[in-house]
Amino acid sequence: MTATIDPSTEAKPGSPVRLAGLRRGYGQVTALDGLDLDIAPGELVSLLGPSGCGKTTALRIVAGLEHSDSGAVFVDGKDITKVPANKRDMAMVFQSYSLFPNLTAGENVAFGLRLRGVSPAERRKRAGELLELVGLTQHYDRYATQMSGGQQQRVALARALAIEPKVLLLDEPLSALDAKVRVQLRDEIRSLQQRLGITTLFVTHDQEEALSMSDRVAVMNAGRLEQCASPDEVYTRPATPFVAAFVGAMNRIGGIASGTEVEVLGQRLAVTQPPEVPAGAKVTALVRPESVLLTPAVAGLVRVARSSFRGPVTRVTVELADGTEVDSDLPSSAAVDLRPGTLADIRFAPEPVMVIQ
Amino acid sequence: MTAVVDLTAAPRAATRRRLGKGRIAAWLVLIIAALYFLIPIAASVEFSLRGVHDTHDLSTWTNLFGQPGFVDNLVTSLELAAGTVVITLVLMVPTTAWVHLRLPRLRRLIESICVLPLVIPAVVLANGVLAAFRNGPSWITGTPVILALEYVVLALPFTYRTLDAGLSSIPLTTLVEAGRNLGASWLTVLMRVVVPNLRTSILNASILSAAMVLGEFTIANLLLMNTLPVWTVQAGQQDGEVATAASMLILLVTWVLLLLMSVFGQRGARRTGRSG
Amino acid sequence: MADTKSRNRQRLDLLGLLPFLAYVAVFLGVPTVSVVLGAFQDDAGGWTLSNISAAAGDPYLHAFVVSTEISALTAVIGAVVGLAIAFAVSASPPGGVLRQVVSTASGVLAYFAGVPLAFAFIAAIGSQGLVTKWLGALGLDISGFSLFGFAGITLVYLYFQIPLMVLVIFPALEGLRPQWQEAASNLGASRWQYWRLVGGPLLLPPFLGALMLLFANAFAAYATAAALTNGIIPLVPIQIAAVMSGNVAVGQENLGNALGLGMILIVGIALAGYALMQRRTSRWLR
Repeated sequence: MTATIDPSTEAKPGSPVRLAGLRRGYGQVTALDGLDLDIAPGELVSLLGPSGCGKTTALRIVAGLEHSDSGAVFVDGKDITKVPANKRDMAMVFQSYSLFPNLTAGENVAFGLRLRGVSPAERRKRAGELLELVGLTQHYDRYATQMSGGQQQRVALARALAIEPKVLLLDEPLSALDAKVRVQLRDEIRSLQQRLGITTLFVTHDQEEALSMSDRVAVMNAGRLEQCASPDEVYTRPATPFVAAFVGAMNRIGGIASGTEVEVLGQRLAVTQPPEVPAGAKVTALVRPESVLLTPAVAGLVRVARSSFRGPVTRVTVELADGTEVDSDLPSSAAVDLRPGTLADIRFAPEPVMVIQ
Repeated sequence: MTAVVDLTAAPRAATRRRLGKGRIAAWLVLIIAALYFLIPIAASVEFSLRGVHDTHDLSTWTNLFGQPGFVDNLVTSLELAAGTVVITLVLMVPTTAWVHLRLPRLRRLIESICVLPLVIPAVVLANGVLAAFRNGPSWITGTPVILALEYVVLALPFTYRTLDAGLSSIPLTTLVEAGRNLGASWLTVLMRVVVPNLRTSILNASILSAAMVLGEFTIANLLLMNTLPVWTVQAGQQDGEVATAASMLILLVTWVLLLLMSVFGQRGARRTGRSG
Repeated sequence: MADTKSRNRQRLDLLGLLPFLAYVAVFLGVPTVSVVLGAFQDDAGGWTLSNISAAAGDPYLHAFVVSTEISALTAVIGAVVGLAIAFAVSASPPGGVLRQVVSTASGVLAYFAGVPLAFAFIAAIGSQGLVTKWLGALGLDISGFSLFGFAGITLVYLYFQIPLMVLVIFPALEGLRPQWQEAASNLGASRWQYWRLVGGPLLLPPFLGALMLLFANAFAAYATAAALTNGIIPLVPIQIAAVMSGNVAVGQENLGNALGLGMILIVGIALAGYALMQRRTSRWLR
């Protein structure tokens, strides 16, 4: 990853992309229900959501591999909805097995250049540079079947970058890989993307991937965009209950609404958005496990049901009087005394919480 | 709203037209192929139903069993099919199971041996059999027994592949070790463990060999044996209708057998799919 | 000690193959060796090349030429038409009725060689055939077309060559992943460029392999031609049968062996080519 990059590919300002009102249905199923999304030049936006939420459909429509029932895609301000896939100047990295098996790694990388009429000597040189960029200089003459899954995906990435696309499209490129390779390649993709300043749309169902790689995360559900914001904001200030529940772990604890506050287990917490219910109504508060603090107490209100050690943190699960279970992520040093059966006091970090009815 | 619809109407129509052209070409190919494959069969049926003076009746079929030699040759062919299946199973089921269990390194070698009959055309094999076994015991070489013995060889490429595929899809070693641990003898293990788990493959191998035997003409004709296909060709020199009816019968039996296999194969696949 | 034991066990294991090996040796090995040796022997058992030279001269050389021509022609037409059918079917939705019908029909029809096939075509386009009559009623006389000549044999052989092609090539066609086409398209390739640079090169080995399999299949076929032409058309298998049954002259068994050796060589080379191409294909087909 220390290779020198051809200056022409470095930090060229990327292209802005706009998705406007994309709709797509398959028979009775609505895959996309009016998706609007603006991607700034050089930005990496993740489409995150459960399977079937329409994220892959959206990516394929941008690539031109599928058509939308209505709506449009703009690149550099130009409507490209009618432009066929092979004229869009976009490059995609697929989930797996997308390398042409009859070509070597180098020939795969050079494929797009060959279509653009680049001379054999020049494309050999460029392919070599790109393979160097993804750390596979030695693999120029290997075929796909002679490489590991991680190596194949690196070659696929190099192949996509070779044509200097206006937009880079990544369709769950890491999901078929081993956990260790996945994390490593994830960081490499992100640093390359930042260095090259290439506008990137990244589809994933893995929230950790989305949160760690993206400038902004677009959380999708049932063909709609739930929230599009920075990873930090999506996590700490989820716009909807779906985002709150989908991104990160979340406790659901009963409480009583009172205007801009909610009373949970005797503690008053500010709410992110007042629910449309009269004061005194029963509501559910959504609290992150790391915001739940436990201390052993002889006359505690809750009882520890179980705990599981996870390295630096330990997840302790307690049972409330009404039987609800609440998870708490504590520094492992603070969880030593919270063995199953222990009574404890429960408190919440003084942060605004989300409330649903 | 109207603007949005206009925006996408054009490309969608274009896609549909392109798809349509391809689809028309595809259907054209399939329809012509279907005609080419169906017409000779339909013509055979029509031919076998011809009566006197451009009429159609069942007389050829009803008279078929009364034709001299027909029943004898039919019985010979059925006996040959049964004999070939029995020899094939007795020889090949233990052999393939043994190779899977004890000699997995030799699988490729055994497979190569089993496809060798494809390289030796039936005409040439018949020639070799005639010369090599001229002085063999006449109850073998002078009777259809030699046919059954050679048909086992002709069927080897198909029977081996079928049994091998079946054995590859079951955890044979585990099953056999479990049986042996319970104190069963090799024969018991073979009959009680291997065979029941290989039911579909054994059935397929049997059907493939039987279908092959019922239609085999070359070796039987050259070794001067009388079987149904040989009789059919001889009958064809006098009476085209009778020969056509007889060949339709061969065809019908063969196809029913192969269709059965196809049906069983799917059921087997579905079962494996569910458990896996 | 343990070493000897395991070696003994291995030897015992090999004993389990004895029945199979003995059977194949007797019923395939002995006849084959007899043909190969016979090709180089005279009637008295002495060594000679005269059978080979007789087999390499006319009329037998002509038979090899005709057999090769018919096999090559039916292989090429069968491969092209079979590929077209496989393409047409692969465009249909997976798990559909069409796929089911075509795959079952191909499996069954590829077996439909020999005697019934010959009679089916006689019933269709023989002098009294159904199609002949229909076309005659329409004022079209096809009685000039002989089923028993080169064109007739070709038409009949295609009946089992095409289904065999569909059976062999369909897995390769299905093995072409949609991602490859999509990736190519993304990188700027037109449909034609995809087929020229990726799809075509990937299908070439299985296609060539299938071509050789079809060639061997037609070259070795005897029953259909024998039942159809009654030995009129000079194909190698028919010549062998004629020599065998003493129709030509007495004491020519070894000439038959020499012709047989020629067939084994040609069919063997074609099948070896098929196996080689299959192995190349299996590298990406998984």
